[in-house]
Amino acid sequence: MSTIDVTEQTRVPAELRPGAAREKWTASRVARLAGMTVMLLALGIFIVGPLVTLFLYAFSGKWFFPALLPEVWSLSWWHEILLNGEIGHSIVLSFIFAPVVTVISAIICLPAAYAFARYEFPGRRAFLISLFATNAFPKMGLYITMAGLLYAFGLMDTFWGVVLVQLLNTIVIMTWIPTAAFASVPRQLEDAARDVGAGPWMTFWRVTFPLALPGILVALILAFLASLDEAQGTFLVGTPNYVTMPVQMYTLVTNYPQQAAAVFSIVLSIPSFVLLLLVRRYILGGSLAAGFRLH
Amino acid sequence: MATLELKGISKDLGGKRVVDDLNLHVRSGELVCLLGASGCGKTTTLRMIGGFTTPDAGSILLDDVEINTLPPERRPTAMVFQQYALWPHMTVFQNIAFGLQLRKLPQAEVRERVERILALVQLGDYARAYTPQLSGGQQQRVALARALVLEPKLLLLDEPLSNLDAKLRIQVREDIREIQRRVGITTVFVTHDQDEASAIADRVGVMKDGRLEQFDTPAKIYREPATLSVASFVGAMNLLRGRVSERGVIVDGVEVPCAQVSARPEGEVDIAVRLEDVDLSGAGGPHAQVTQAVPRGHFQEIHMRAPWGEIRAFAGNDVVISPEPSIAFRRALLYRDGHLLDDARDRLSANLA
Repeated sequence: MSTIDVTEQTRVPAELRPGAAREKWTASRVARLAGMTVMLLALGIFIVGPLVTLFLYAFSGKWFFPALLPEVWSLSWWHEILLNGEIGHSIVLSFIFAPVVTVISAIICLPAAYAFARYEFPGRRAFLISLFATNAFPKMGLYITMAGLLYAFGLMDTFWGVVLVQLLNTIVIMTWIPTAAFASVPRQLEDAARDVGAGPWMTFWRVTFPLALPGILVALILAFLASLDEAQGTFLVGTPNYVTMPVQMYTLVTNYPQQAAAVFSIVLSIPSFVLLLLVRRYILGGSLAAGFRLH
Repeated sequence: MATLELKGISKDLGGKRVVDDLNLHVRSGELVCLLGASGCGKTTTLRMIGGFTTPDAGSILLDDVEINTLPPERRPTAMVFQQYALWPHMTVFQNIAFGLQLRKLPQAEVRERVERILALVQLGDYARAYTPQLSGGQQQRVALARALVLEPKLLLLDEPLSNLDAKLRIQVREDIREIQRRVGITTVFVTHDQDEASAIADRVGVMKDGRLEQFDTPAKIYREPATLSVASFVGAMNLLRGRVSERGVIVDGVEVPCAQVSARPEGEVDIAVRLEDVDLSGAGGPHAQVTQAVPRGHFQEIHMRAPWGEIRAFAGNDVVISPEPSIAFRRALLYRDGHLLDDARDRLSANLA
């Protein structure tokens, strides 16, 4: 057995040297961990803080600064909001507009999406990109210009006027994402269906559509949410007779105490929260990102 | 079963003539291979037969009936696609049953036919599995079953083995051949693998640049390639340039004895010699230096430098090659302008004229 050379030992990494159990708590390591913890805490407080405050307000009767928690807990504001005729009406209206706008944009955009996905036609790319044009400009500017047109056609303060304005937002979603969904269905699968005797419509119905469905569902849900949350355009076109939840929020914040706005915020957020939970699986799966690639 | 005839089929794609005046006749029950490198037009031809592309000129006749205008869903052809194209949202059973259900057949009959075909391809236990769960070879067999269950008049296969590993490829091609023989269906099979084509086809059509270079049995194609491109595509070939002489051929001024030449023309010709036709046993020919001996399994490939350049030969594993063997040829095929010069054939046709 040879003697162990001391110089040899110094080349062995610290972790493997006999006697080294785990990494030492060096000063730099402690500082690094401390710094990260502080940052995470700060971020947490910054993001979660307002949400916690919101929830506390919604369930409070009396809560004034500098108290850390409400002095009086109460559900009275929930009664106020949900039983108030005007406010209740705005909730109902929101849930009428959203499905109508979603269905109309589906009817217009899904066939277009299939065409974009499957056919080469002159101006295809230009047209696809132009749909995004509505997002390129400040929304308010766009809506004001639109308002001019709507005045001319007598559509201001009408049901269909609001639908038109909300369609602006949903059309991009209902075209781009389903286009990607249809394009992701391999052509060979459609050819194979034709080969066994399915005509073009049957092929679409039994092969293309079922396989594109996850992407289409994502698009439908996002379009629904876009319509639900649309504030500026609806505010411009819909007042005074067609006031949806987001628009109602403006009045609530200015004319009522914090508690009312807090309750309303929660009511407004619930559908988004629930639907996004449902969609979460597909968003994480990349359908959303894939939807915004230019094919 | 059915006969297939292609008459003067042409197709232009993206400004390029992808299929050029193709004429082909397939007999009933025959397994024909369309063989060629990528881009030679074989897949386009297959797709035209299947109805997925329309020919720009010419006609396709199935049992002497023109089917050019029929869309794929109305043609009595069935295709097995290169990536199998199985529907992932359906089970194996549903994939196969789909075509039958479209024809509004009674459920009991559908079930019976699907189970029978599953037994034929030996996938009886997998009826309820979803297709993405199966292995490549199994998916291949489902695709085949899906095509055959409809009892088509013509079976089309688009490079069905290219996605499988080597061992599996050999197994599955034998299965395809066996099933084809058992069912007796006329089949057109597209591939770029000449080994595959030779192994299972009754006749092989070698394609290049959209034209059919030769359509013959695998043995004939190997032994008497009609053009220089067929000669170099199928099997390994030494390609030289020279003239014919009394004893053999003269390459770069060096005479190589050759026992058999396909013709005796005047002037420069292209000379093609199979690697197994290069004789290294020392028979008074020019000497070459061995540069490399590559083991190829049950034989070896000898790379040599001859006076005119490179030359390769096959030899058995037990044969001892000297470092500077003397080269002779057993058989040389001569070509001019890419076409085979064949005295025997010319004499025969002259006699018949």
